[in-house]
Parts: sequence; structure tokens; C-alpha cells
Amino acid sequence: MRIVIIKYNAGNIRSVQIALERQGIFPIISDDPEVIHAADKIIFPGVGEASSAMAYLTERSLDRVIADARQPFLGICLGMQLMCSHSEENDTTCLGIFEENVRKFSTSDNSIKIPQIGWNSITNLKSSLFEGINENSYCYFVHSYFASIGKHTIAQTHYCGEYSASLHKNNFYGVQFHPEKSADVGASIINNFLKIPS
Amino acid sequence: MLTKRIIPCLDIKDGRTVKGTNFVDLRDAGDPVELAALYADQGADELVFLDITATNEKRKTLAQLVDRIAHRINIPFTVGGGIASVEDVRILLDSGADKISVNTAAFKNPELIASLASSFGSQCVVLAIDTKKHADNQWYVYLNGGRVATESICEHWAAKGVSLGAGEILLTSMDHDGTKKGFATEITAVVSQTVNVPVIASGGGGIPEHFAEIFDHGADAALAASIFHFKEVMIPELKSFLKSRQISVR
Repeated sequence: MRIVIIKYNAGNIRSVQIALERQGIFPIISDDPEVIHAADKIIFPGVGEASSAMAYLTERSLDRVIADARQPFLGICLGMQLMCSHSEENDTTCLGIFEENVRKFSTSDNSIKIPQIGWNSITNLKSSLFEGINENSYCYFVHSYFASIGKHTIAQTHYCGEYSASLHKNNFYGVQFHPEKSADVGASIINNFLKIPS
Repeated sequence: MLTKRIIPCLDIKDGRTVKGTNFVDLRDAGDPVELAALYADQGADELVFLDITATNEKRKTLAQLVDRIAHRINIPFTVGGGIASVEDVRILLDSGADKISVNTAAFKNPELIASLASSFGSQCVVLAIDTKKHADNQWYVYLNGGRVATESICEHWAAKGVSLGAGEILLTSMDHDGTKKGFATEITAVVSQTVNVPVIASGGGGIPEHFAEIFDHGADAALAASIFHFKEVMIPELKSFLKSRQISVR
């Protein structure tokens, strides 16, 4: 199975690569449209800032490559946010695969820290991506922006209100948490993604 | 609901754990990777590795160790000790670390925090602060592993660090460290109210009650070392206790 991780100007790509290596899978890291096009599965990870990431993708026509993908495609954290319509982070127009929008956590409660860092539970699990995963399982999150709940929501989490922990439309999947750092629950979710037929 | 985090800390020297442990079930208790895997299995939420050699010639050893850790465990981990440049951090993140912690070098050159945050994102920049209370009832920042006093007030430096881009504060009370008489509730509460990023309390945890107490004082995570290494507190029992006290844990 040829797994391609999309290389761009965002962090955390190495962690995803190592997580796959832990499972005996050696992914290709590439920003070459032909290599991405030939993949069986595509993973789009990333932590970073939305507008500079979108500018980088657009400059290299990777925005079109992503939108045109027909293989099972998994966006992680910033990757998922970039698959949405719009992000409040520097007022960025994103890829528009999911109609949901990305907003910043806001609260008048001073004791609530932003970014959210740590383990939070996922609920209302609605996809084969979560096969064998119990409701209220814990996943590891690190983020200041979140995707709202919408018709593509397949898992949700509570922090300053409910938001989308995961989105799904056709061959496209996104998770806000880091499955590569979410212990056995995360490893199962990655395995479920890898089992989706190409 | 976001849970409170329990973080074992491993001191590393020349690629080996420094303090002895009584984990007889480990093949090699001096191997940080074995110990890390054990803690991950027991339900540790994150790990911190503190390299106390951290001289330049040892960097390669540390990077190799980080790579081995990353290939073995599937929870987040932070690496600290002697980090002084963007290049130091790049090597550790490329080796698979999720976060790095900076201490003395950041105090001497606060722009380091801004450079790290803009290069890699605030989420991976942990500002470690060692602090001690003086006779004037103020908590002061200490450097070089607690050997060098400064005239900076702890919460002022924490606030400055966060404004420069630190994403978390790792706060160690030198007055409490090693005592097993409880965490520093007072300064932890002050720092937690001063900054709007998570605060990891460190130093003084001896029994489960201490963890409940520090979480009630605003800590988002609590770090300890020898009580875990010597099985004085076991993570599964600690988490059961915290749950019984209505504290949210994984």
C-alpha cells in the first residue's frame, strides 16, 4: 500500500510518519502532484498557521491536487481545518471540501486555557473511521481554532461549546485531534483509515 | 471534557536514566525507552525527558534516543535540558519530539522563545521555570538547574514568556522539589491566573492527595519523577483516586 504524506510548510509531519512506522508502514513524504496522485491513501497532517499554509499550497497548485483527490484522504489538525470553507485565523479562505467554518475558541471564563492542550473525549461517533472505538474515548488535542458542527460532523468534542472532532465527506476525512499521539485509540483510528478501500 | 494530565519525568544522562528505579520487571531499567513504554502503558498522559548532560557533543546521542522513544510510544513527549537555539530544537523535533522545553537560555535571551514559536509554533514551546520563595514573600526565578538566583519575579517572567510565544509553563518549586510534602499551591495558582496557557506543576508530589490539591489550585497538569520510578505512587491508582475526587482524568 502506497501511503503519501503531503509535505508542506507545517509542523508535525515527522510525528505522523513515525506513527505509521510504528505500525510497520513506511510512507512517502512528498509535495509532487504526480506522487500524490498515484497514492493509495493520502494523509494531510500539520500544525501551524492557516493563511501561510494555504498560501504555500496554492503557490504549488497543491490546493487543486487535494481537492481533486479520489483516494481515501485524512486531514489531521490544521490539515482538517484547511479542508473547511473558511478559517477565522487571519481570515483565510480554505479548500472548501467541507462546508463547515473554522473559528477561534473564545470564552469569558478566565480559567479556560487557549490553546486547548490535552486529552478530551470524542462523542456521537458516526463513521467506519471509529469502528471499534467506544463513545467518550480520549484523544489528544492541541489547538486554538475549531471547526463548527455541521452536516459532515462524524464526531464531536466539548471545549468552550461543542465542535467537530472529525468530519467526513465522500473520500475525505478530517480529525482535529492527533491520532498519532492518542495512544491505542489513535492507533485504531489510523488503522481504520488504512482499511478504507481505495 | 478536557482532562487533567499526569506527567512522569525522566532524567537522562548519556542516553540513560539517571535516578535508579525499582522496576524489576523491566529488562533494562536504565533504558529510558523501556521506562517510557511502561508509563505509556500505565496511562501516563505525556512524558518529559530532561537531559542533564546536554553538552553539545552529547546532542547526537540525545537525538538518537528521541528517535527511539518516538518509534516506541504513542503519547506526546517533551524534551528539555540545555536547549539554546532554533537548530537544537529542529534536530529534536525532526527526531520525533512533540515539544521542547527551554529554561536558562530563554531567560538570558528571551527572543529565543519568539524565534522558536515562529519557526515551530507555540504548541511545541514549553517554558520551564525554576522558582523559590524569598523572605519578602515573592517567588524568584532561578537558572542553571536552580544554582543561580535572579531578581526576576516568577509570574512576571511567566507572563513575558507567554507574550513571546510560550505555549505552556512547566513550573518547578525548588522549595517543594524532593520533599514529597505536596506541590507549591500558592505560586501555581498565581501563575495559572496570570497566564492563559496551561501550567504544569512540578515538585513536591508525594501522595495522590497532593495531585488532587494542585489540580484544585489551577494546575492543568502535574509532573513527578521518583515517586513513579520507585512505585510509591502508581499511575492507575492515582487516576482512580482523582476520579473518586471528581477530577476529570483519562
